[in-house]
Amino acid sequence: MAHDHHHHHHDHDHDHEQDPPSDIALRVKALESLLVEKGLVDPAALDAIVDYYEHRVGPRNGARVVARAWTDPAYRARLQSDATAAIAELDFTGRQGEHMVAVENAPGVHNVVVCTLCSCYPWPVLGLPPVWYKSAPYRSRVVIDPRGVLAEFGTVLPADTEVRVWDSTAEVRYLVIPERPAGTEGLTEAELAERVTRDGMIGTALL
Amino acid sequence: MNGVHDMGGMHGLGPVIPDSDDGPFHGEWEGRVHALTLASPSRGNIDAGRHQRELIPGPDYLRMTYYEKWFTSLQAMLLKGNLVTPIELRTGRAAAGTTKTTPHLLAAAVTMVQMRPASYERDVAAAPRFQTGDEVRAINLNPTGHTRLPRYVRGRFGVVERVHGAHVLPDSHAHGLGETPTWLYSVKFSARELWGPEASAVDSVRLDLWETYLERA
Repeated sequence: MAHDHHHHHHDHDHDHEQDPPSDIALRVKALESLLVEKGLVDPAALDAIVDYYEHRVGPRNGARVVARAWTDPAYRARLQSDATAAIAELDFTGRQGEHMVAVENAPGVHNVVVCTLCSCYPWPVLGLPPVWYKSAPYRSRVVIDPRGVLAEFGTVLPADTEVRVWDSTAEVRYLVIPERPAGTEGLTEAELAERVTRDGMIGTALL
Repeated sequence: MNGVHDMGGMHGLGPVIPDSDDGPFHGEWEGRVHALTLASPSRGNIDAGRHQRELIPGPDYLRMTYYEKWFTSLQAMLLKGNLVTPIELRTGRAAAGTTKTTPHLLAAAVTMVQMRPASYERDVAAAPRFQTGDEVRAINLNPTGHTRLPRYVRGRFGVVERVHGAHVLPDSHAHGLGETPTWLYSVKFSARELWGPEASAVDSVRLDLWETYLERA
């Protein structure tokens, strides 16, 4: 139900005229112009917010945290004892990352994160959540059938692996620290960060 | 409230459709709704914002996309806060004679405000009632207002795994009744306790639950 808006992106590739703006796009534009006219919002601040969420936060941030944890045992220990402070060392702070907890995958233990009640997600390290994370199918099913949902992502776990589902019901936000892939011993921290995926840090994928 | 937003454990809501990593907004308007919600003075607090989205009638909630829900809630909060009138919303123009105010969030402050390390933890005099390792039971509570106690754990037994500190209580905060700082715990529930004998014997679900949601088992 949440996927019809993808069409707008693809239309940009074509030469012919774009579709007229959708009803909701027009209504949003009308509301913005009203709020600007009343002095309730600064249009430049809106531009800055969009830019921030498109460019300043995203899974690249979380990947740096994971790579640091893999390569620096002292950092990993700080991440386990106070993840908010350890993540702030890399300058990832603020809204929806106020109380961070890092949960580590290990042989026999797999973590996966959800917010069944809304869409809570660690913005400073992962950016804004993907559509599927916010949608009813994932929110409803991952707590009752985590293995079935993970299999739909291509992630099949042994029956004796303990799957821990974290339902983000408060302001605590969870970052999954995936297991470091085999054969990466020679890689630098920056190269390791390239191997870390968004879904790996939500827990729906393995690396 | 027992709304459709509280959907943990439901069946029949469709397949999960993993998407590619194509950025946070799909269509420019989604970014504008996100920004308007964060920038406008209508927000109240985070819990009030969440509750406003829960108040969207169930059939609409399930039909709308994510940012359609945000847009609907934003308009409702603007009306509740007397920041716009229904006529202004309909016409898109400020009523005649309206004095222009000054936005409370200016562009220069945006990055600082997003990155500002805030906290929902508060100092309280009372000691936590539970400690790590304590067996607890989520109470059976069915408030018509905002709560963060999902239906699927009510009445179920779990174990406290972590004491997070005393945090702002959404049940109170969402309704403008104060922060009511209350001890918050990470509680582990086994999959079989929640879903019965056919669930995995090794899997578990953890939730962050406030002390008022719990009783000693």
